[in-house]
Amino acid sequence: MSRLPQHPGQRIDLSRPLTFSFDGRSHEGFAGDTIASALYASGQRVFSRSFKYHRKRGEVCFCGRCANSLVQVDGAPGVRACGEPLQAGMRVEHQNAWPSLDFDVMAATDRFGGPFTPPGFYYKTFIRPRRLWPVYERVLRRAAGLGRLPERQAERSWETEYRRRHCDVAVLGGGFAGLSAALRAAELGADVVLVDDDVEPGGDLLAEGEHERARDLAARCAEAGVEILSSASALGYFDGLVAVWQGDTLCQVRAARHVAATGALEQPLVFPGNDLPGVMLSGGALRLAALYGIAPGESVVVATCERRGLENALHLQGLGIGVAAVADLRGRGDEDLCERLRAGGAELLRGMTVVRGRGRGGLAEVTIARVDAAGRAQGRGRTIPCDCLAVCGGAAPASSLLLQAGARAAFDQQANRFLPVPAAAGISGAGAVVGHEDPGSGRLSGSIAGAESALALGFGGREDRAFAEAERARLEQVLAAGASTRQAPPALATDGRGGKAFVDLDEDVTAKDVAYAAAEGYDSIELSKRYTTATMGPSQGRFSQLAAVRALAEETGLPMGQVGLTTARPPWATVPLGVLAGRPFESAKRSALHGRHSELGANVRWAGDWRRAYDYGDPAAEALAVHEGAGLIDVSTLGKLIVRGGEAEEFLDRLYPNRMSSLKQGRIRYGILTSEAGRISDDGTICRLDADTFYVTTTSGGADSVEQWFSRWLADWQLDVSLSDVTQGVAAINLAGPRSREILARLTGLDCSNEAFPYLDAQHGEVAGVPCLLLRIGFTGELGYELHCPLANARQLWDVIAAAGAQPFGLEAQRILRLQKQHILVGQDTDSESTPFSANLGWSVNLEKQQSFIGRWALEEKTGVEPSHRLVGFVCSGGEVPTEGAAIIRGKLVTGQVTSARRSPQLGQSIGLAMVAPGEAVDGATIEISDQDRRIAATVTTAPFYDPEGEVVRS
Amino acid sequence: MSFLLDCPNCGAREVTDFGFGGEASSRPTSKPLRRELNRYLYVRRNVAGRQREWWVHRLGCRQWFLAERDTRTNEVIWTALPADAPVPGEVDAANVGGEGR
Repeated sequence: MSRLPQHPGQRIDLSRPLTFSFDGRSHEGFAGDTIASALYASGQRVFSRSFKYHRKRGEVCFCGRCANSLVQVDGAPGVRACGEPLQAGMRVEHQNAWPSLDFDVMAATDRFGGPFTPPGFYYKTFIRPRRLWPVYERVLRRAAGLGRLPERQAERSWETEYRRRHCDVAVLGGGFAGLSAALRAAELGADVVLVDDDVEPGGDLLAEGEHERARDLAARCAEAGVEILSSASALGYFDGLVAVWQGDTLCQVRAARHVAATGALEQPLVFPGNDLPGVMLSGGALRLAALYGIAPGESVVVATCERRGLENALHLQGLGIGVAAVADLRGRGDEDLCERLRAGGAELLRGMTVVRGRGRGGLAEVTIARVDAAGRAQGRGRTIPCDCLAVCGGAAPASSLLLQAGARAAFDQQANRFLPVPAAAGISGAGAVVGHEDPGSGRLSGSIAGAESALALGFGGREDRAFAEAERARLEQVLAAGASTRQAPPALATDGRGGKAFVDLDEDVTAKDVAYAAAEGYDSIELSKRYTTATMGPSQGRFSQLAAVRALAEETGLPMGQVGLTTARPPWATVPLGVLAGRPFESAKRSALHGRHSELGANVRWAGDWRRAYDYGDPAAEALAVHEGAGLIDVSTLGKLIVRGGEAEEFLDRLYPNRMSSLKQGRIRYGILTSEAGRISDDGTICRLDADTFYVTTTSGGADSVEQWFSRWLADWQLDVSLSDVTQGVAAINLAGPRSREILARLTGLDCSNEAFPYLDAQHGEVAGVPCLLLRIGFTGELGYELHCPLANARQLWDVIAAAGAQPFGLEAQRILRLQKQHILVGQDTDSESTPFSANLGWSVNLEKQQSFIGRWALEEKTGVEPSHRLVGFVCSGGEVPTEGAAIIRGKLVTGQVTSARRSPQLGQSIGLAMVAPGEAVDGATIEISDQDRRIAATVTTAPFYDPEGEVVRS
Repeated sequence: MSFLLDCPNCGAREVTDFGFGGEASSRPTSKPLRRELNRYLYVRRNVAGRQREWWVHRLGCRQWFLAERDTRTNEVIWTALPADAPVPGEVDAANVGGEGR
């Protein structure tokens, strides 16, 4: 089908044809087309099958909002064909019809099921017998619904960027009112962001022949510094923040003032056959003709109950579209427009509305008649052949964002609208959303809202305020003078011969369904919505809420305002979940030695935020190598803090339950951190580097929270202390095993003898030319040295030590080694209830010291009180390794749990740690472990399994 | 929930950049009675109104600071480093009406 003659308001570029496919057939469109406009131009009228009855459906809105245009694009379902810009090579397919759009077997529900499938029918009918419901449900779920996810879908990654934009004024909606508001606010000096969902701002101006004006206004906005976000949807209003989705970006627009200029949505009419392809909104027909140069039909009939429909009909005539007839429910008014329409060749039918549409697979004719107050046709009316019916059933303000911001919607009888009354400070409405629909009042309304927003923020001067007041006075005049009468369409206009008249096209809800639901007692709008599912479809009531309210008002006899609207919730626009989920924010930390581990074939796993070498193939052998010779492990993940200052020792004394002020220079002490309630939160080592400087290590997982804990108390106490977190700047390697002294001695000039460098001593020195802080500590239970060095030197140090004969070992081997010594892992062997006393670490609590350290008072309360559980070691004589977390049971009682368990290759035993009842926390006690189907006997051992006297580690 | 906090170091940032440290309470200066300790550990005033509280600029400078915020509206009245913060007594006296009981 050819396009209309070119004119500057068109969006398409005829010099750039694009090829795409629909259901396997090749089609051609132009750059600037939407999928729907290109298909419409090539003669496609049926775009989808409906939700429940699988009726053929055509395009309605041509602005990307209705559910009729849902198609599948390149495998992704749920794309709105009339809003999605056409791209070359798109593979477009219909959805919700099988085997084809033209012949859908499920359409049988329409023919035969129609009268028998009122709301709730499926649930009521198939609920008995109860046990068969899952079977029914599977079938029914397949029968209903929109689209289907493909079995296999090409993996798509959402590359969503997050953006935060703070501004003075955010204008939501880029129609005449929105542009005017943005321009005025920017002229007064405000930083303004304008959000518009179309490809260019202008709103209705673009289709109504005012594109030049729209473009001029947009250009002036840009000149005044307004940031215009086009093709962007405002998803919701959240306490002064508007989430805006624009392509690959999710932008949080935070403004001191918001202006909602979201416009009003033209509404359909309810009559039998109102869902036939060819029935569309008058604005949709106009957009199709004006923006895409496509005649909506050979012969167009317009049915309206407001001035807007007449205006659109005139615009259509102006674009060369043949308008056969215009039915206006109002008997009088707007005579000037009617005269011009007549002059253009249209037959005017005043006081009449459409009572039936007929056609097979598409509209062929409509019947227009006078109707009584209940919508019943008086007389036979006129039947007019046509292939397009453009309807205007009034408009519904797109007030969702305002309502989310706390506005209340009140029904204005004269305006025949639910108009939002802004309530929250900081957000105002402008233009059609607050009832200022015609261009004159829309511009004034926007300009005033923009000025007032800027003025409220301190921009502009007295004369600007005066100007705004003058504009407000003019607006009042315009509103008073220009009010054209409106008439509410009947809830259902019909010739009385049956047939489905849809209130909600998305969900296939008919006027009869709403009546049926009301008769069953679902007579409030919220209940009616949930029972009939009207307004719950993909277009979220944009084109059905008003009709649903009207139908319920008709049924209950209540006025519209009393029926009310359902709650407005975000998101206002449909948004893919992937955009909201966004780019995964995983901070993957890798140590400076990560590359080396990979080269060694390490099995790398997550450990908190870190990627760590779990093992290098055989953890048991790695553990044995540490016992027999020497091993080295990357412990760069340890938290490392430098605490420095005149009051550093005071600070640490207040944080740790043991005394740190008595720590001598060059010595190391184990320290446990407790909360004020005396619960273990972390542990680590504290090394005194000099009088004022301490080097504190924390667990790998606790680095962040310990730093926060320290700085929290530092802020509170305001001591003369500075805190530096060097976790990510310092690498650490643990060299452990009987040969470690010999290896170290070869690489350093330091005296490594046990006398010169004893257990828990720290030294500064060079190892293989690398400046190191050497800590002689032994988490593994063997003689060992932790070498802390600058990141840049870590590989060099690692390589030299490995070359000297130390075998790399991973996290798993370390866990075996530490378990042999019953060294706890905070979080693994402790929980939120563990205290130093219950964790067998009472020796690290010094209640003799003066400072009232964090947790002191709670720990004092606990001294001498038997804790509910104690942490003890156990050996499974049968050699089983229970699952960590398995229950300790006595009879039928759960008395504790296994916290760690491993097979120790060195000891040839299965060992573990467990929290047990105090009575069981004695050497030799037997405990029973219930591990799923297994019952495992174990013997309690309170002393370390390996080197219980600690001679090895000190040697 | 969404609002801005003025980090004394970095300036206004989204609340999601911060960590909440709970309502500010003063730590007993000497050993409390068991009842006092219990209150200190477990009882919060949970004010419906203006509240003095701790915040940390988690995704920024990591500085802890104090803020006064209306828990009903999320209006932030002030933020300050502890050394610059108003003395609690003064603030409380000025906002007696805001505190729910």
